[in-house]
Amino acid sequence: MVDSTSPSAARRLKCNWLKIAAVSIAAILALPILVVLVNVLIGNGNVWRHLYETVLADYIQNSLLLMLGVGIGAFAIGVPCAWLTSMCDFPGRKLLSWALLLPMAMPAYIIAYTYTGIFDFAGPVQTFIRSVTGWSYGEYWFFEVRSLGGAIVMLTLVLYPYVYLMSRAAFLEQSENTLEVSRTLGYSSRAAFFKLALPLARPAIVTGLTLVLMETLADYGTVQFFGVNTFTTGILRTFYGFGDVMAASQLAGILLLFVIVLILLEKHSRRRIRYHASGLRKASNRRIQLTGSRVFFTYLVCWLPILFGFLIPTGILLYWALFKAEVPDSKFVQLAWNSLYLAALAAMIAVGLALVLSYAIRLNRGVSVRTSIGIAGMGYALPGTIIAIGTIVPLAWLDHRIIDFMKQYTDQRVGLIFSGTLVALLFAYTVRFMAVSLGAVQNGLGKIKPSMDMAGRSLGTTPAKVLVRIHVPLLKGSVLTAMLIVFVDVLKELPATLVLRPFNFNTLAVRAFELASDERLVDAAPASLMIVLVGLAPVILLSRSISSRAEFSK
Amino acid sequence: MTSLPVHEKLKEMTLTNVTVGYDGGAIVKGASFQLLEGQIGCLLGPSGCGKSTLLRALAGFESLMTGEIKIDGEIISSPSITTNPEERHIGMVFQDIALFPHLTIAQNIAFGLTTWPKKAASERVNYLLDLVGLSGFQARYPHSLSGGQQQRVALARAMAPKPKLLLMDEPFSGLDAKLREELVPDIREILQHEKMSALLVTHDQMEAFAMADQVSVMDAGEIHQTGSSYEVYHQPETRFVASFIGHGDFLPATVCGPDCVHSDLGNIHGDLDHGFADNTDVDLLIRPDDILHDDDSEFVGVIVSKWFRGSHFLYRVKLSSGKVVYCFASSHHNHHIGQEIGLTVHLDHLVMFPR
Amino acid sequence: MPTKLRAIVEKIGSTSFRNSMSCLALTSSLVFAANVQAQGEVNVYSARKESLIAPALDDFSKEHDVVVNLITGSADALLSRLRAEGDASPADVFITVDAGRLYRAKTAGVLKPINSEVLNANIPSHLRDVDGYWYGLSQRARVIFYNPKKVSPADLSTYEDLADSKWKGRICVRSSANIYNQSLVASMLEVDGREKTQAWIKGLVSNLARPPFGGDVDLLKAVNAGVCDLTLANTYYYGRLGQSTDASEREVYQNVKPFWPNQAADDRGAHVNVSGAGLTAAATNVKNATLLLEFLTNHESQEWYAHVNNEYPVVEGASAPEMLEPFGEFRADTISLSTLGVNNRTAVELMDLGGWK
Repeated sequence: MVDSTSPSAARRLKCNWLKIAAVSIAAILALPILVVLVNVLIGNGNVWRHLYETVLADYIQNSLLLMLGVGIGAFAIGVPCAWLTSMCDFPGRKLLSWALLLPMAMPAYIIAYTYTGIFDFAGPVQTFIRSVTGWSYGEYWFFEVRSLGGAIVMLTLVLYPYVYLMSRAAFLEQSENTLEVSRTLGYSSRAAFFKLALPLARPAIVTGLTLVLMETLADYGTVQFFGVNTFTTGILRTFYGFGDVMAASQLAGILLLFVIVLILLEKHSRRRIRYHASGLRKASNRRIQLTGSRVFFTYLVCWLPILFGFLIPTGILLYWALFKAEVPDSKFVQLAWNSLYLAALAAMIAVGLALVLSYAIRLNRGVSVRTSIGIAGMGYALPGTIIAIGTIVPLAWLDHRIIDFMKQYTDQRVGLIFSGTLVALLFAYTVRFMAVSLGAVQNGLGKIKPSMDMAGRSLGTTPAKVLVRIHVPLLKGSVLTAMLIVFVDVLKELPATLVLRPFNFNTLAVRAFELASDERLVDAAPASLMIVLVGLAPVILLSRSISSRAEFSK
Repeated sequence: MTSLPVHEKLKEMTLTNVTVGYDGGAIVKGASFQLLEGQIGCLLGPSGCGKSTLLRALAGFESLMTGEIKIDGEIISSPSITTNPEERHIGMVFQDIALFPHLTIAQNIAFGLTTWPKKAASERVNYLLDLVGLSGFQARYPHSLSGGQQQRVALARAMAPKPKLLLMDEPFSGLDAKLREELVPDIREILQHEKMSALLVTHDQMEAFAMADQVSVMDAGEIHQTGSSYEVYHQPETRFVASFIGHGDFLPATVCGPDCVHSDLGNIHGDLDHGFADNTDVDLLIRPDDILHDDDSEFVGVIVSKWFRGSHFLYRVKLSSGKVVYCFASSHHNHHIGQEIGLTVHLDHLVMFPR
Repeated sequence: MPTKLRAIVEKIGSTSFRNSMSCLALTSSLVFAANVQAQGEVNVYSARKESLIAPALDDFSKEHDVVVNLITGSADALLSRLRAEGDASPADVFITVDAGRLYRAKTAGVLKPINSEVLNANIPSHLRDVDGYWYGLSQRARVIFYNPKKVSPADLSTYEDLADSKWKGRICVRSSANIYNQSLVASMLEVDGREKTQAWIKGLVSNLARPPFGGDVDLLKAVNAGVCDLTLANTYYYGRLGQSTDASEREVYQNVKPFWPNQAADDRGAHVNVSGAGLTAAATNVKNATLLLEFLTNHESQEWYAHVNNEYPVVEGASAPEMLEPFGEFRADTISLSTLGVNNRTAVELMDLGGWK
């Protein structure tokens, strides 16, 4: 018989390794943020004072209004759609439940391009109005696409799926409880929604909203295109206009404050839901059957966001790409391939690291680990350009140390090993999208109760096998979700890619942006369409995995 | 032909001076007791008393600060040794059931049978399903079962690898009273049928009495007394045990002889010497069934409240000293609240604690 | 021990290791940005969009058998990258679309002077750095565009005049975050001084038909659509509209006309910026880099700038963009372009103060 005893110290050591790994990962991921913070401390106050006296209030006001608008919009679309597709039954429910995710594949800046192309004063719609009526501009009312309101609508249309995704999962998990409790208490389904389901789903909704708000804060493409001066455009304007990285970093430092507040709020709302859902409740297939006008109303509520967030813009892109744009050159396939494998690699890295961090916090709920996770998730709200700068500085430093080392010990001359390579790019993506992958993985891990681990162990299973036989199958869905979201996000990512990519390396997003920023919206259509199409596959996969899991837990 | 990895049955498990805790704070302090072959033991105590922690230490999920745990003479836990849970051959049923939601009922039960030959494993699964009354549920998933059914599956899963000892952590706490009443005797029967030693953790004494051969009463991390249900009820060794188990009142009394105490209800004589010196002030433990209604008694009390229990009445009666005690009366002795009734004490064994 | 260390270090530097690293990232040439010892190579960091520089680079590649590696991006981000990479930077050439950024690069110490008689002979002195740190490669004029149905060219005169209250509610401009606007203001600062410039910004802002928005093409379309009567835009966007395959865009070209401002004999001329390039301080392919810049100033390249992007050449004798020819020649401001870089920061501050969003 093998030695059946092992000192408990060894187990503690294992936990410590995980802790060390988590803290190191967080420390490395925090480097770009640290660069920003260091700049805040050493930068002088001149530019800062100028900004404070002139435009800062405007930036803050616009950012807050944008967040408020997008937050309300994403909530108003995401939550009702999630409720209707999870708690009610009507013809076409299954189709709707995954189609509602489609706008996720649509980058915000691209939806902004397409609607501007169509609804701007020079676009076909207004031109048509003018030619038919003989009015000239200003003599009729037409909504202004390029405005704060327009930016709110565009961002809402592509970001609401985060809220939808999270709240739908929450509704599915609570369905039996709420429905039965509401029935016994004589609640109408509306009262049940407001008094029971909504408060119960609150933590999930808040998580979704936090993601939405962080994306909103970090958005540059849309607001810049619409001429809405937000904090992020302000950061880049300071960077470009004053050529002052320090001052830009100082602004980014303030942005980080926003983010910390957001993260703390989110933590606060989640504090009571650890191991909340067991996934083990008795099944209930009682959905509220909708008929007649209610079905019509439901179609209206659920199909409108899909129509405006996906079908119309995709249709426009398709029309432009087929009939009006320059024919894409042969490099186009290479672009698509670059985007694809970069996104896939980044997704795997981000999720791998998120798993390490999540397990570290599961097995080791110390302050250091919790802080690490908090820091690791902060990059999500920073504009890509700032993260890119924060990435260049430490990587270049490391490269220079390697070069010095090589010079000292060999005759070999080497160039930069990390800067200007895909390593830098992947690093930046990881920093930027860690929050998303962490959120999904932690969510999944939280549902595996510690007693399941113990049950496995007491049935003669080693920790490694518990991982394989219990955790892997139960986490699969969450891990897949995390990977797919990161994949789609990286596919859409632009500013960091632009700054950090290696020589001769282009992605679809870079191509679309270059043409669009050169004011050739129509020529940007093939690349934009390709981003949407490449992103579509994972989004559909994601939807399917979610609905199959839903059936499984229902 | 692969031989089944069946372990010999537990002969004895001994805990000696076991202390468990985190960061210097002890949650279980110096616990000692022994469990023998085929016995069903129980850790009984209020919530937060450390009983679940002690159970987890037995399962190998906590390491010891002092003391040792031995199974059949082999140390499995001591401050320097913590045998891994998977190497202890100790099964466990959890408070939150913890079935694996991604596996069918059959797969859940077979989870610990990976080293068994396929045929033997599937026979074992079917046998256990039959035993817990869930034949035909093999292919179902846990979420489609009721709470009681899930609990039975959890029991079958824990018993499947024929562990030397089965630990049950408040296994009935999530179930409603009726289900619990059905399940408790069922499970005792199943355990006895399998001749499996088991240790149950509960805060419910009726559950403990119904299941266990041996009860260890715990409070604030310490085991106060280990004995049969009868013993901990009738011969409590500490004030806590006396007050925690059953309804009990302490009647102030003064020792008036080797087998006699004097109280509000007169001189009371036990059948054995109590060992206290004369004139010592003591508290005498009185159970509701120790005080009877007797119209002829010279001692009286005023009824404060009453409960009809079918075969009898349970009265709360205020004595002349102001002390309130329980009193049984047969069900045709229906008195109203405020009425004065006569009381007499019937005690064989005097349980008392120095005041 | 040292031998072993050396062996390891050499292995890291060796090709096989690089290849195995490359496999990791799937495409070999992408992982190692820096191939320092390469011979027939030149590495370019360009703020000019790929589609607006790559064809010329391809031509160069073919003619001189030199591989050109390219990254495009915003000038300041690339500048930050250059600074961080320092003397190990793989870049040889830094191309921008504005002289101010080249000035910034020079001040940041990431450029070094070029010794090229060809460049000095080809490019007029006001379109290059006095010390040879950078050279203009094409000129881009930012002028007034107007709707002839609503504005008589006789009413137009100078940039300064746009602050006049007669234009109230009639002007569209792009955001002050735009570099072309910044450099226009920077040039005014030089001539008119701080106070006058500030007053001008205030006046201009109060004349706007709507808050600043869009890009130059949008502004031209806005003038055509009647959102406003005149705007400021770079000439090549206008030229491009004229060449568009889209009829509605050609219509903009037809309906909107350019006006060359500040042409009076005693005035400075229309505002011009350059897209230009410099040699990086870390450049290792100096010969090829110089060759590339010289190539970009030869007659064919200069014609290419004019034809493909409707920019004005920097070299005498090259033809002006044909889409702009009908509107005649104009006199350009010959202010030293380095001044634009010096004044850029103040220009942005004044725009902030004046409420130019």
